[in-house]
Amino acid sequence: MTWTDLQTALGGQGYVASDDLAVSLQLTLSLGRPLLLEGAAGVGKTEVARTLAAARDTRLIRLQCYEGLDAAQAIYEWNYQRQLLTIRAAAEDGETGKTVEDRIFSRDFLLERPLLAAITQDEPPVLLIDEIDRADEEFEAYLLEILSDYQISVPELGTITATSKPIVILTSNGTRDLSDALRRRCLYTYVNYPDRHTELAILKARCPEVDTQLAQQIIGFVQKLREEELEKVPGVAEMLDFAAALMGLGIADLTESPAVLQSTLTTLLKTQSDQAQVTTEVAQRIAGKAA
Amino acid sequence: MTRVTRFAGRDPGPTARVAGFIAHLRDNGLRLGVAEADTALNALNAISAIHPNDCRRALRAVCTGCKDEADRFDDLFDSYWMDAGRVKQKVIPTLSSKINDDVHSSNDAKGKDAGASGLATAPDDGDGGEVDSDGTGKLIATDLRNLNRKDLRDLVRADEISAAENVARRLGVALRDKRSRRRIAARKGDRLHFRKTIRHSLSTGGEPVRLLRKRRPDRTRKIVALCDVSGSMSIYAQVFLSFLAGLMRADMQADAYLFHTRLVRITEALRDKDAMRAIGRMSLMADGFGGGSKIGPSLGRFADTYAKRFVDGRSVVMILSDGYDTADPQILSDALAKLRKRGCKVIWLNPLKGWADYGPIASGMAAALPHLDLFKAANTLDDLAALEKDLVTL
Repeated sequence: MTWTDLQTALGGQGYVASDDLAVSLQLTLSLGRPLLLEGAAGVGKTEVARTLAAARDTRLIRLQCYEGLDAAQAIYEWNYQRQLLTIRAAAEDGETGKTVEDRIFSRDFLLERPLLAAITQDEPPVLLIDEIDRADEEFEAYLLEILSDYQISVPELGTITATSKPIVILTSNGTRDLSDALRRRCLYTYVNYPDRHTELAILKARCPEVDTQLAQQIIGFVQKLREEELEKVPGVAEMLDFAAALMGLGIADLTESPAVLQSTLTTLLKTQSDQAQVTTEVAQRIAGKAA
Repeated sequence: MTRVTRFAGRDPGPTARVAGFIAHLRDNGLRLGVAEADTALNALNAISAIHPNDCRRALRAVCTGCKDEADRFDDLFDSYWMDAGRVKQKVIPTLSSKINDDVHSSNDAKGKDAGASGLATAPDDGDGGEVDSDGTGKLIATDLRNLNRKDLRDLVRADEISAAENVARRLGVALRDKRSRRRIAARKGDRLHFRKTIRHSLSTGGEPVRLLRKRRPDRTRKIVALCDVSGSMSIYAQVFLSFLAGLMRADMQADAYLFHTRLVRITEALRDKDAMRAIGRMSLMADGFGGGSKIGPSLGRFADTYAKRFVDGRSVVMILSDGYDTADPQILSDALAKLRKRGCKVIWLNPLKGWADYGPIASGMAAALPHLDLFKAANTLDDLAALEKDLVTL
């Protein structure tokens, strides 16, 4: 499979990948390296993993990172309740200590968390480690170990090696700088806001019922809006919401009704100061330019 | 007409060319090892690259690691592979005495000879002239960009950097914030971690054999330093630049920027293992050093771009500037207000404040005052070190 095939396959799932992204994904598949995606919020980083899983017809295992994420939530945890019940039951049956111990520290009592689940699948799944920059640096170091060896050691059980290597995709919004070690292990792609042509293709793929003229206007409007000085620049998801809102209201032309356009802007502008900045006049000016 | 570089006939083949390319990137400051060269070759095989643009994309995915590098990559790629048909004489870089990024040197911060090795990362076109372009050090803000490139290595000495490193380290400790209410598990803590202890006692039949503890975590504050390098500041540049270099070496979380009429992020450059080469790279980026000052627009740009990524409630933004701004003071005021909204502390260190009868009358400085958490004098490294007390109470 070449990268253009992959691009087409993703396109079939409704994801329009840029050439850069398609090549990186293809390399991730063929070299077995993790892929680190960076970019502003709402450019479709998470969606890549979801679509890739769908296109390859495999499972998507997602690990959402947050501050304070630790091994128990990311890798594995013993099922304490079940172990306790088993011990109680065993005591009543008069089972000896050794056999009980062997039993309660077996795989049946291990709760799989995303990272362990990802390496014990039969088919290689897509492992999405979302917003890695939110996790602590200690966790990043732990992750490095797993990503390089694809094995996890559980003290009571021994080492669990991967039955299949997952396809790893990491995303980052850049809230902190990631360590060089992690960057070195990964392939890297910076995902930009799509250009006019690509974004139009995305809108066509996601909302085929939007007519061409309105689609052009929507994309023009959103692209122009991104050039304004906003606190939170609208992403692709917001653009799709905007299109859906306009469709729902039955608008055929953006310049048609200033009041309606202004009310639908709630789908694009997500802070109070942004909404205050883009007044009806500004919106009309942008819509006029976009048309 | 093809733009692809023609390689010399005796050149040993594609593998060597790719290795040469990796060396070319390394010379230009990308941190790449042997493993990357290997991955790059595998990558080219994997996509069976025939078209130059495919190669470009594949190599970019492999060789870059952050946005800045990705942005620079195209130019570096062009200069190596798309040399407009000129013949490249030598592909394999000969082993030279060049300082390599991947080699740890024992004279790390004090390497005296490292700066003069004439690397691609260090400019040699600095005229070595006097620092003080205003001659008498007149404190007049100019709005011209000074296009003469100054080599900052002439300004900063290696021993100063290590002195500054100590100061920066102490300031970092002073800024450590212990306000967190939420205790986390720790080996040595001041309180018992009941939840964990009980949970662990399950495995010993309900007897809490091991007592686990928790404590308040140290929440390090991140220092974000913005240094004004405009003409009016050039006599103080020596102190501040060595302070920045020291800060970056002492505190891996710190972030540094220079501004004059533009804003540049110098964090990556200053993290170079070789202290003097770091300064060399910084001077490449600080193009226009000693020119005019646009404090307001520079800080505004900072608040709009980098601050969104790097500044949060645990950051301390440290501005090193004299406050002589050529732009409208309102812009400066707005920029600082915006920055404050992110929840950070703002410290302004003004070298002029040390003067006997100084008053913040420069319009820029006056506009900035209401937004500052701390406004202090700083002319020398000693002054910076003396800040420790104030920072503890911040």
